[in-house]
Amino acid sequence: MIADLALIWPEMILAVGGMVVLMLGTYLGDRQVGLYQLAALLTLAAATVAVVALFGTNEAVFSGTLAVDGFGGFAKLLIYAASAVCILVAPRFFGGAMRAEYPVLILFAALGMGIMASSRDLMTLYIGLELNSLAAYVLASFMRNDERSSEAGLKYFVLGALASGMLLYGISLLYGFSGTTEFAGVARAMGGELNPGLIFGIVFVLAGLAFKISAVPFHMWTPDVYEGAPTPVTAFFASAPKVAAMALMTRVAIDAMGPAIGAWQQIIIFLALASIILGAVGAIGQKNIKRLLAYSSINNVGFILIGLAAGTQQGVEAVLTYLLVYLVTTVGAFLVVLQLRDADGNQVESIPALAGLSQRRPGLAAALAVFLLSLAGIPPLFGFWPKYLVFEAAVNADLVPLAVAGIVASVIGAFYYIAVIKTMYFDEKSEVEVTGGGNAVEGTIVAASALWLSVIGYLFIPMLGVASAHAASVLF
Amino acid sequence: MLSLMLAIPAVAAVACLFLGDRAARWTALGATLVTFLLGCILWAQFDIGGAQWQFTERADLFGRFQWALGIDGLALMLIMLSTFLMPLCILASWDAIKSRVGLYMAMFLVMETIMIGVFAAQDLILFYIFFEAGLIPMYFIIGIWGGANRIYAAFKFFLYTLLGSVLMLIAMIAMIREAGTTEIPVLLNYGFPPEMQTWLWLAFFASLAVKMPMWPVHTWLPDAHVQAPTAGSMILAGVLLKMGGYGFIRFMMPMFPEASAQLMWVVFALSMVAVVYTSLVALVQNDMKKLIAYSSVAHMAIVTAGLFAFNQQGIEGAMIVMLSHGVVSAALFFCVGVIYDRLHTREIDRYGGLAINMPAYALFFMLFTMASIGLPGTSGFVGEFLSILGIYEASSWVAFVCTTGIILGAAYMLYLYRRVVFGELTKDDVKAMPDLSPREWAIMAPLAAVALWMGVYPESFLAPMRGDVTTVVARLAPAKPAGDAHLALGEGKPAEATHGSAHHGGGVQ
Repeated sequence: MIADLALIWPEMILAVGGMVVLMLGTYLGDRQVGLYQLAALLTLAAATVAVVALFGTNEAVFSGTLAVDGFGGFAKLLIYAASAVCILVAPRFFGGAMRAEYPVLILFAALGMGIMASSRDLMTLYIGLELNSLAAYVLASFMRNDERSSEAGLKYFVLGALASGMLLYGISLLYGFSGTTEFAGVARAMGGELNPGLIFGIVFVLAGLAFKISAVPFHMWTPDVYEGAPTPVTAFFASAPKVAAMALMTRVAIDAMGPAIGAWQQIIIFLALASIILGAVGAIGQKNIKRLLAYSSINNVGFILIGLAAGTQQGVEAVLTYLLVYLVTTVGAFLVVLQLRDADGNQVESIPALAGLSQRRPGLAAALAVFLLSLAGIPPLFGFWPKYLVFEAAVNADLVPLAVAGIVASVIGAFYYIAVIKTMYFDEKSEVEVTGGGNAVEGTIVAASALWLSVIGYLFIPMLGVASAHAASVLF
Repeated sequence: MLSLMLAIPAVAAVACLFLGDRAARWTALGATLVTFLLGCILWAQFDIGGAQWQFTERADLFGRFQWALGIDGLALMLIMLSTFLMPLCILASWDAIKSRVGLYMAMFLVMETIMIGVFAAQDLILFYIFFEAGLIPMYFIIGIWGGANRIYAAFKFFLYTLLGSVLMLIAMIAMIREAGTTEIPVLLNYGFPPEMQTWLWLAFFASLAVKMPMWPVHTWLPDAHVQAPTAGSMILAGVLLKMGGYGFIRFMMPMFPEASAQLMWVVFALSMVAVVYTSLVALVQNDMKKLIAYSSVAHMAIVTAGLFAFNQQGIEGAMIVMLSHGVVSAALFFCVGVIYDRLHTREIDRYGGLAINMPAYALFFMLFTMASIGLPGTSGFVGEFLSILGIYEASSWVAFVCTTGIILGAAYMLYLYRRVVFGELTKDDVKAMPDLSPREWAIMAPLAAVALWMGVYPESFLAPMRGDVTTVVARLAPAKPAGDAHLALGEGKPAEATHGSAHHGGGVQ
């Protein structure tokens, strides 16, 4: 037990760090936001170091309920990085409304997500998920005086609770029919005759998780919550929890339900295609950039699920690579949205107001164009590479029709991305004078991620390949 | 060397983004000229009859695929075409583009990098990246600096060609899985199972036929051409369409010879329809650019038919048609651009009698019209003659239909020329149009010189490609169906018995 503690350093650092910041906030009040921000960032940095140090280990701790392995490590690195960025950009957005709870909630959410990504037991899974979700509900309604923010929080909470219920029901079925909550034990039960109980369990667990990754048909909350939540929080929702939930789903599918691939593969294929198509079609009419990015995330989740549908190690590698590239792109895109302000300093979210942005703010427009084309997967932008990998995994797993359907549907998606670019580059300048602009930190992050996604990313393919292969290998 | 040719325009493109209008123009011109110079050195140093792949470079930068470049004669000629047209395109937009010059020049330079990359890539994935990347700069060029309906045209261009290309990607993944390598030279000699070939062929065809463009998926081309700025049309017709033809001869034919032989009739049928149909459509156009766009489709149909003749003359002819069309159609689009800049309309009826006040212009326009028709002595003749010869060997009926296309081509081009250049000079605004400026001379003269050079001494262009065409023909030989022309070739029979049948009468017309 004590020996196990040495292997969960990242979780301990986050838990202690989160509580310390919470205490500081209680005693010092909301004026010292800079201090809390710094403390939270240091906590995340320390946790990152701990994850890197543990990257090579592959052990199950606490009676096999939690895994310390490369797969979890890979996901945690992404989660911590996204969390750090969302803490960094918050103060400028909230201004005077910035409160001490913000970094605390993000830290606790990150802790929950880390547990999600490393769980090897249905109960651990649920605890991690709920820890993350509870923090997220509060974050969504963080701007208490804003109607949209409160609405987003409430909506997220009600629908999230419903999804948790479904998940829990599925977990209880799996437990009832396999006699254990451990993934390995569930997998053993799946290896034998599949009875309806297990199948229902699979369906409910996957449905609950599909809600978390906002895959169609469990995506309805996404556009509303993304639109209503404060932009840094939206950036957070679109990045870190997606990674955690996707990692969790991958682990549950491969580790716990691996032998029953025939049963869940069709579900994943359905989710994938439905998400790609609906995410693309739904985005076409959107006038709000945050809603558009919400649909874009639904669309991209569909592509990630194609990698999972393959059910092979190559597929999981593709999922991980995709998550990394998706994270960089999404965070970058939301940071650009964060910088769009009109002359009075109000946030600009309407797409028609972006008309002529390329002439007002050429750098910002170029960065957003890079992010959008990368989300669309058009080479030479780096967003092409993970799409290539998931399709390759699908073709190599003999799922050629799925690959063909997915790639053809990706053309629909390209339409709305290039429509935004059209607004920024082809249209005459809009009435709204978009000025604003961010501080040096935001600018650097946006510029660095845009550059990385343009062509430089390709040079990282060997490195990414090694890391994702190492991470994926622990599941097989 | 090839990496340098890719790097120069790419670096200049980034520089242009940060420069003022004037500096951007000169930077772009300088960079494209240097690249052209490097292209000339490439040609001079190309060892005709030497190794199939020359100037090869490899760097294992990407793990799963390589930065592998290298060219054979076919690629060399197409790279020459791109680097030759590029400085002319920059010059053509010297005064015409007034807004956001830096971005415009950057897009053209990126386009040049991409075009050279497409022709030089020796790795399947690298090729795909370059091939698809071309959409982005062209989307911007049409969308920002295009005509009134530019947004529709830009979207149509982007989505149409994207939809075509994505299927090719799936086919490429399947090929890589089957052959276990991404290297194009290895894949060229890999024997894919025949039933798989059919699927792969169809997927590639979906992409390349759109790019080419072949009837009935050509509809994006007239829209894109009409709306694009002059230089955009020049590069679109001059080089981008050649990517389709290059894809046919580089991938589809040598990699899937059995499928190519099996599905040859599809290509022939579509080509025949295209030659006649688009020529007829061109005949009734009232918009000059649209007319030339349709004529491009017709010329490309002769290219596809020539390629699928599966013999030396047909393929060499098709290649020459591609090169010639690259030069001539770019020149014709520039001719339209010259008068468009003066009167701001492309409507044919608004002009007339230009021979009187713009004699030099009329002369050049005449030369390019003749080259487009295929008058002996111009580049068009060599290509069309060789391809029709090759097609005739494969199928006299196809040759017959393609020849009518050439006749119709003469009709619509001469009709265009008569309406624009001859006749009375009645309209006042047309009367006021000045003749060619020195800048326009500097663009017209090299284009005219190359069109004549290719027509008078095509051997300079054919020699580097001959060996590679032979390789392709040899690769296709086992699968090649018997052409109907061979059926009649007897030994020592009287001449009328061999050639007398009505069946062959058509081809000789």
